[in-house]
Amino acid sequence: MKKILEVSNLDVKLKERTLISRLSFEINSGTLTCITGENGVGKTTMVKTLLKNFKNNNHVNFHIKRNQVQYVPQLRNIDDDYPLMIKDFIGLGLQNKLLPWLSKKEKLSIEQVMNETNLAHLARTPLGKASGGEQQRVFLAQALVSNPKLLILDESTASMDKDAKIELLKLVKNITEKTDTAVIFITHDPLLVQKFGDYDLEIKNQEGILKSVKGVNN
Amino acid sequence: MLSYPFMQYAFIASFFISLLCGLMGVFVVARKTAFFTHTLSEISFSGASFGVFLGTSPILGMLIFTILSSFMVGSVGSRLSRRESSISVFSVFFIGLGVLFLALADGQSSYATNILFGSIVGISFSNIVVLVSLSIAILVVTTLIYRKLKYNSFDSVGASFNSRSNTIVSIIFLVLLACTVSVTAQIVGSLLIFALLTIPASSAKYFAHTIAGMTFLSFMFSLIGTWVGLYLSYVTNLPVSFFIAAIETIIYLIAVLWDKFFVN
Repeated sequence: MKKILEVSNLDVKLKERTLISRLSFEINSGTLTCITGENGVGKTTMVKTLLKNFKNNNHVNFHIKRNQVQYVPQLRNIDDDYPLMIKDFIGLGLQNKLLPWLSKKEKLSIEQVMNETNLAHLARTPLGKASGGEQQRVFLAQALVSNPKLLILDESTASMDKDAKIELLKLVKNITEKTDTAVIFITHDPLLVQKFGDYDLEIKNQEGILKSVKGVNN
Repeated sequence: MLSYPFMQYAFIASFFISLLCGLMGVFVVARKTAFFTHTLSEISFSGASFGVFLGTSPILGMLIFTILSSFMVGSVGSRLSRRESSISVFSVFFIGLGVLFLALADGQSSYATNILFGSIVGISFSNIVVLVSLSIAILVVTTLIYRKLKYNSFDSVGASFNSRSNTIVSIIFLVLLACTVSVTAQIVGSLLIFALLTIPASSAKYFAHTIAGMTFLSFMFSLIGTWVGLYLSYVTNLPVSFFIAAIETIIYLIAVLWDKFFVN
């Protein structure tokens, strides 16, 4: 287990208003940390603050490079007539090379990630024609294709039904355990925290408390 | 028909204009900046009349105006430039400015219609040289920033979190677009260039689902429109702009109907 991120005494602010004060926690590789709390306590703002202070802050200390972090945003607003096929949308996540075309190795990693996220049969479907749950898997696949060390999921399950949520989290858990990736999962759903979380960072009354979710996994 | 040099030039120029519009159009449509492109063509009109006012060439004024506004929009952020109200304000202001410069320059009004509607049959050899060089330059730059440009254009939300070169990529793209509009507007007019940059690419996305496929199809749609338009205009002696606009509109309608009845 390696340290991915250390946060110490960080104040999270939105404009001038302090949302969370003196926040401290650690993220280690291969673990899934849920961030929970009511609407508007500053979960998303906190994650954005972390990314904004990637380099120049003594309160936030990342042990990985910026391009090893993948953030899966909450909303993407894909129109019905969004044209790009799923395979190519996933390929957009490959940003570490300058070549305009994808190398053989990169094509293979797209194929592999599509197999892992059960998207192989939809490879040539335009993203706009995929269902909501399928689109969430595509967003996950796009984030995973560059082999991140830290994956941040912002309420990725908010619009899904119960079975689909569990299915998605199972995928996340499987893949990240294999690759020793750390996951930060912003969620509202206590069931998912109990079932899949290793740690729960609960934000309440401008404070964040990190707890271990015990006796659930294994 | 092809024995006249001006018709030969018109067909060659249309080929390269279609190439540029195919490539840039796919990104214009993906970035949802069609209306800014429209504004850009109005800005190029006012730039051209500024050039006439200064007594230099119109293309210089066009390039200065469009590139400056691209820098402005690229750095302020696309959110502002997509707002309906700011687009109308921009359009009106620049059209007004263009009219003012033309009046001050004491130029003939035929100049204004030339810039707005172009003169595809009045192309010289030097126009072709400029077009070919611009096409090469745009192809090279697009190749260099291709991965970042496609991420930023086809997944702007994802790229805003996971890519750090969004502002610079947006500015480069808008400058390329500004050059495309300025150079091609002289030939097909600033009104028609808007049509060629948006309609073929909007139609192509219903048939092709890769960037290469969409680029090729929008190139073909532009080429069909301009070549058939030139031919019909030659035969009927009616304005070529009308035929191009009509053909592109028909292609778009076919695309939408095809999507409605055969895909779903």
